[in-house]
Amino acid sequence: MTGQLPVLQVAVPLLCAPLCVLLRSRFVAWLLFLAASLTSLTCAVWLAERVDRTGALRYAMGDWQAPYGIEFVVNGFNTPVLLLVSLSAVVAAVYSRRSVAAELDDRRVPLLYACLCLALAGLLGLSITGDVFNAFVFLEISSLSTYTMIAMGRRRQALLASFRYLVIGTIGATFLLIGIGLAYAVTGTLNMADLAQRLTGSHDNRALQAAVVFVFVGLAVKMAVFPLHAWLPAAYGEAPSAVSTFVAATGTKVAIYVFCRFAFTVFGASLVFGAMPVDRIGLLLACLGILAGSAAACFQDDLRYVLAWSSVAQVGYIVAGVSLATTAGVSGAYLHMIMHSVTKAALFAIAGVLLLRLGSVRLADLAGLGRRMPWTFAAFVVAGLGLVGVPPTAGFASKWALVTALVERDQWPVLVAMLAGSLLALVYVGRVIEVAWFREPPDGADPLRPPASMVAAIWFLVLLSLYFGIDASLPAHLADAAAAALLGKGGG
Amino acid sequence: MTSPALLLMLGAAGVPLLHGRLRSVLMLLLPVAGLVMLWLLPEGPGVTFALFGLELTPVRIDALSRLFATGFLLAALLTSIYALHLRDPLQQALIPLYAGTAIGGALAGDLVTLFVCWELAGLSSAFLIWAGRTERSYRAGMRYLVAQLISGLLMLAGIALRVQAGEGIEFGYLGLNGPGDALILLAVGIKCAFPLLHAWLTDTYPEATVVGAVALSPFTTKLAVYVLARSFPGTDLLIWVGAAMTVFPIFYAVIENDLRRVLAYSMINQLGFMVAGVGVGGALGVNGASAHAVADMVFKSLLFMAMGAVLLRTGTTKGSELGGLYKSMPQTAALCMVGAASISAFPLFSAFATKSMIMEAVGQEQLTVVWLLLLFASAGVFHHAGIKIPYFAFFAHDRGHRVAEAPLNMRVAMTLAALICVGIGVAPNLLYELLPHPVDYVPYTTAHVINQLQLLLLASMAFTLLVRTGLYPPELRSVNLDADVVYRRVLPHTWHALSRAVPRLRRTLGPPLRHRGANLWSATTRPLRPEAKLATPWPTHLMVWWAVFLLGTVLLLALL
Repeated sequence: MTGQLPVLQVAVPLLCAPLCVLLRSRFVAWLLFLAASLTSLTCAVWLAERVDRTGALRYAMGDWQAPYGIEFVVNGFNTPVLLLVSLSAVVAAVYSRRSVAAELDDRRVPLLYACLCLALAGLLGLSITGDVFNAFVFLEISSLSTYTMIAMGRRRQALLASFRYLVIGTIGATFLLIGIGLAYAVTGTLNMADLAQRLTGSHDNRALQAAVVFVFVGLAVKMAVFPLHAWLPAAYGEAPSAVSTFVAATGTKVAIYVFCRFAFTVFGASLVFGAMPVDRIGLLLACLGILAGSAAACFQDDLRYVLAWSSVAQVGYIVAGVSLATTAGVSGAYLHMIMHSVTKAALFAIAGVLLLRLGSVRLADLAGLGRRMPWTFAAFVVAGLGLVGVPPTAGFASKWALVTALVERDQWPVLVAMLAGSLLALVYVGRVIEVAWFREPPDGADPLRPPASMVAAIWFLVLLSLYFGIDASLPAHLADAAAAALLGKGGG
Repeated sequence: MTSPALLLMLGAAGVPLLHGRLRSVLMLLLPVAGLVMLWLLPEGPGVTFALFGLELTPVRIDALSRLFATGFLLAALLTSIYALHLRDPLQQALIPLYAGTAIGGALAGDLVTLFVCWELAGLSSAFLIWAGRTERSYRAGMRYLVAQLISGLLMLAGIALRVQAGEGIEFGYLGLNGPGDALILLAVGIKCAFPLLHAWLTDTYPEATVVGAVALSPFTTKLAVYVLARSFPGTDLLIWVGAAMTVFPIFYAVIENDLRRVLAYSMINQLGFMVAGVGVGGALGVNGASAHAVADMVFKSLLFMAMGAVLLRTGTTKGSELGGLYKSMPQTAALCMVGAASISAFPLFSAFATKSMIMEAVGQEQLTVVWLLLLFASAGVFHHAGIKIPYFAFFAHDRGHRVAEAPLNMRVAMTLAALICVGIGVAPNLLYELLPHPVDYVPYTTAHVINQLQLLLLASMAFTLLVRTGLYPPELRSVNLDADVVYRRVLPHTWHALSRAVPRLRRTLGPPLRHRGANLWSATTRPLRPEAKLATPWPTHLMVWWAVFLLGTVLLLALL
């Protein structure tokens, strides 16, 4: 039974999706999503523990051995992603029950849960697969379900946001597919390990270099690397709260993981970051993203857009770490991925609660919120400080790791951009806190009581981020293992 | 822990608790007991103890520290006698406290103890100026305290730098080797009234009370000389600093009207001799500086005591309002003249035996220019301190003051001081035996005595001529510009001018600048606003265009 864990991880949510649609009951659909995510989390924990103990696991789909069949690989580099995605799904499931019921038509609720299941399956499959074409398929599964979910947002802008994301996302996926096709043309194989083996020593192949560029740009769209970030603010800002909580925590992170997987274990770091200038381009775009995202966040007047723009900046931090292509840099990037997922999920969840109770998350409508919802707002302050990177919150540990990695490689301009971004983060978090704590609430405003399940989800994430800030040994261990697996052994 | 410094400081706490005769007894007993204790202590470093990882040595007895501590204790005794008539427990308690801090500094075996005493000395003595309890004395006290605290801070910074450089906190020879040493020298320079750093002294000493000025004169500056003698002997820089210190105050002293301020200038002049002696270094230079410091503690106290008595009886020390006092205060006049003779280095008076050692040390080093400067300064001293002070206070025009003789305790204190002055002058070997280095110097040679008499004679002749011909600067109520003008006038004026100019500038330049600033701000942040290019949801074609552009650029860069 435990031998089948890698496939169960993906198959259970995938099977739950049609069930949600067929059973057409809001409660059952929710229960199915919760069950699927809990199963995935169990599998992920189990797999992570086994990988930590015995090393990489390989699962041949349908017993067709690689490189002919499709292969699932569980190794140090994807256990953190599997854990992150499935844990976010569990939190989103707990959170979504009240949130989705309040934000969506009754008829659409089972469809949303079906899409959530599909997105979960897609993201998990993307993380676990060891086959490049299979990766494209899972990317499409997760993307298509995400477009659908975004389109279910309350406002009409959601449709437009979804459509734009659909177009640009499809173009990105197409680029990826072209890249994969070129690599296939060069080598005649689609298995990642096999590709890596056959590609060693062919650095001068123009088709291969073009493949790298297509994969990089295609995934950059999904990662929301500046200037291909434009779909992100509207998509996160307009999606239903449960969806933005889940997608903000996982979507871009999985894309970054896939980029790492391609760059380090398929094409090889010496080609991508050595023979080609992807590292310098990555650092440049990261700096631009950090500055532009943080600066734009300072001027937004809708809380969810503030958070979305902040995500653009945070992607910059992670990309900077990856682009260093050092053990410390990749480890810092993974750590920031984990920390930022937890923090940003908490913040979007809080925004969802405010949306539920206030009907709007424009900053002007948040006046005096600190007095009306003190506990929720306290959670916002803690998570917001995590975004800034104030010790002892989660953001501090990961930013510190990134800073040490940058110093190690003497990347002072990036370091300056990173510090400036942190200062700007202080500004945009400070703006929200200023409005909520120091402005008078409107007359006759009563204290508001958020639903218990949503509060539980929020405080779980906030306390987790605080715990990671104080004792970062668990995520740091995962991140170090990931960096070692990516950089150490080559093809996995 | 046996330390005369601690004895005096703790004993000072008892002074306000006692009254009448008992308080007088305690005040006199403290310095005497301190002297006895000092001379019973064995030589060498005393008990050490560790504090914050630093090895502290609060008491270290050797010839140099014992000499200065003895001088401080003698001065404390004289000042205490002089203060017996007061009905002010604050000032009376401050005398042993302040003396105790100076003695503690002299006995300190490490820089941290020295720093603590250094700061305490500054703090406790500020109260001697505040004891005047007027607005004027309050402000003067604040200026004084600021100078003392700056000095303390510099010393602390210097010590910290030395500790950081791993040079430890031992209070011995430092020399001018690093930034830490330079800071310590600067700190000492403030308290020692180096040129341009001296303004606090001439500015504030004359503002102290009758007793306050007497108590201030022996301790702080001589403690600074002690630190120089211990830590910076043979530093060439000090020779020139000392020479400058001897010369420039003479001109101020000649035109100054307030006789206590004349004494303050004369004090800088005397300190200059000591600094020059330390700068020359060697056995003779350090001996001369130390001996002169001890002699100066006594004769400068004596002169301040005499002027204090005049101030007490007539209410002023302005040369333009005094004169003819010898009729009503004959004893004070006589004692003042002993002090004047001592500071002028008349044969048989103390400075003759001590200052000449410094001159000799400078002469042996072939520093002709410095030697001539010091010689000129010697004549100047005689002129302003030896003649001017007694002449304008007790002789000159009779301004009609008919006052009582100084109180008995004052006269006793002055008499004791005068006896010490004459004692050192007549039997210099008594002092020479206490000096840090063996003395091989005989002051009473025919040549020296005749030289000195010639100098004094010609100086007095010059004074007589100038007064007779009316060329002498008249005693006017005037304010003379000195370095204190920088912080008393220039800085406040600049500040006021600035504070007037800034609002005017703000009115004229403010609105256009603010307007420009707002425009610039909105122009630079426009793209970031939610409705603007960057932050508004991009049209689909723009996104695609960027994706293609990035793909093309990266491809180009990669394949080139």
